[in-house]
Amino acid sequence: MTGAVAAAWGPDLPPLKRLSPRFWLARQTQLALVWIPTFIAALVVALVARVPASPALPVAVALIAILAWVVERGRYRSWGYAERDDDLIITRGLLFRRVSVVPYGRMQFIDVTAGPIDRAFGLATVQLHTAAAATDARIPGLLRADADALRDRLATVGEAKATGL
Amino acid sequence: MITSQSPPDGVAPLSSAGMVEVGETWRRLHPLSPVVRFGRVLIGVLVIAIPSIADSQGQLHDGGFPVSLVVYLALLGLGGLGGVISWLVTRWRIADGALQIETGFIRRQSLRIPLARIQAVDVIAPLAGRLLGLAEVRVVSAGRGAEHSRLAYLTAAQAPIVRARLLALAHGLEAGTPEPPSLPLLHVQNGLLLPALLMRAQVITPVLIAIAGVAAIAAAPVVGAGALGSAVTVLVVSGLGVARAFNEDFDFAISEAGDGVRLDRGLLQRRHETIPYGRIQAVRVVEPFFWRVFGWTRLEVDVARQSVSHEADRDAQQVARTLIPVASRAQALWLLARVMPDAHPNPPPDAGPPRRARFKAPLSFHFLAAWFGERYVYARTGRVQSSTIIVPLVKVQSVHLKSGPLQRAFRVATVEVDTAGRRWRASARCRDEIEAAEMLRRISERARLSRRTPPPLPVPVRAAG
Repeated sequence: MTGAVAAAWGPDLPPLKRLSPRFWLARQTQLALVWIPTFIAALVVALVARVPASPALPVAVALIAILAWVVERGRYRSWGYAERDDDLIITRGLLFRRVSVVPYGRMQFIDVTAGPIDRAFGLATVQLHTAAAATDARIPGLLRADADALRDRLATVGEAKATGL
Repeated sequence: MITSQSPPDGVAPLSSAGMVEVGETWRRLHPLSPVVRFGRVLIGVLVIAIPSIADSQGQLHDGGFPVSLVVYLALLGLGGLGGVISWLVTRWRIADGALQIETGFIRRQSLRIPLARIQAVDVIAPLAGRLLGLAEVRVVSAGRGAEHSRLAYLTAAQAPIVRARLLALAHGLEAGTPEPPSLPLLHVQNGLLLPALLMRAQVITPVLIAIAGVAAIAAAPVVGAGALGSAVTVLVVSGLGVARAFNEDFDFAISEAGDGVRLDRGLLQRRHETIPYGRIQAVRVVEPFFWRVFGWTRLEVDVARQSVSHEADRDAQQVARTLIPVASRAQALWLLARVMPDAHPNPPPDAGPPRRARFKAPLSFHFLAAWFGERYVYARTGRVQSSTIIVPLVKVQSVHLKSGPLQRAFRVATVEVDTAGRRWRASARCRDEIEAAEMLRRISERARLSRRTPPPLPVPVRAAG
């Protein structure tokens, strides 16, 4: 989908900026926090319960974990954003892909948030809000300093281009 | 912004009387306000109390005092007392460029609504208020829910004066400027409204099922009776909906004033509303399935509300308003042209999605269409009723393109145009992938250009003072 957009937009679409690799590290940590205990639990259950099919359980858990890892990696890679002169373009999504164009002039306010795992990795999420509730303009996994710089840039340019309802 | 108290010469006596009434001094609401305000609570308590007291009467033959009666009386007394106190501590005035309302007994609350941010002022007269000659003035301003900025209640004569004054000041005119004269546009006959409401699919379908059920009872008693029973249940629900809609849109009249359109409607509760042209975010043209036979159309508008995220859903519902509940297609198009000049809701021949999208969206394919012009984006969707949303490019908030796995298999994608508010978005569903990407680019480009040089409003707003 991003391919079709890139084809139709040509030089109007600057190269997309990607998320920090540290975000991928944070996501993998999150996955590990869920799946390693699950796998150990499955292993214990398989060892305790002496049923012929019991080895299938940890194997199934491992396969699902690998699938989750692959999907998560695809999601991580699908994120991208580009700051253009008048609007911000955000792409995201692996199965359900989405390309949003949010004009700076429509921004009402900007949030920078960081959850506990994000904070541990020095990351933050920048979210733009317009008057439309449907606007979903979020860039996760920016380095804290980058996030603050982006927020300041957006706030400055948003103020300059602000338009009323 | 606030100017002298003295009315200009030659102003109608109504207005000069108003100057005395709604000056800059602090004023109380009408003394009967608690009666109207807590009338509903009273009725509610009575509905619960009377059966339960009647019940307990049987058990209290041995001379015991009905305890529940005391409890209910105490509740009513407290409610009434609360109402009176609330009225005692509430006062309001128009001063310093703001409508100021002070209220609250234990926690004082002081509300300032800047006149410049007022979007619309409505006058609402509920049934109890109409009986007592009272009306409420409700101020819709950017970033605040209707719940807090209301003056409930003023006398029915006072309310329009306060309203005119607020609007005049909001437009930067003299305080005493009378409300601009309004020109009647359309009036909906109640004889047309009722059949139109009854012709909605949610009424017709259960009726048809009920008829089929009656017919089938002889052949298959269980199935027939089951169908009849469920149809009747659905019918009761949709009948309530019809009654409510009839009550709300009874005697619907739309007129045009200098700054926007005015709506007058309601059977039990009369409403007098304004929709300023500049605040219209989108218009929706709806044609329910059975209405097409008669060529009827309904128009709805979405009005700006700056912060929607914290509003209750009920408020969000109130933001979209009926512009005309039912009209012939020609009338509706004419009205649409008043509100959105140069808008053409008939899709051009190439506005449909590609043929292969028929398999992706088999039920709505026949209605899907999306196109855009110099000033508006249009998107038609729907399965049994067609609904066309028209968004002025100058009101576009953001544009996005999305595609799911199934859509990608058909090489189609959806482009959505977001407008302020949470209700509507123009959704161009199942466009060809390349075309969708192109639409995304061109719509956001055109929206940017029209933001830079906004097109004129339908009727020029009267020169600001």
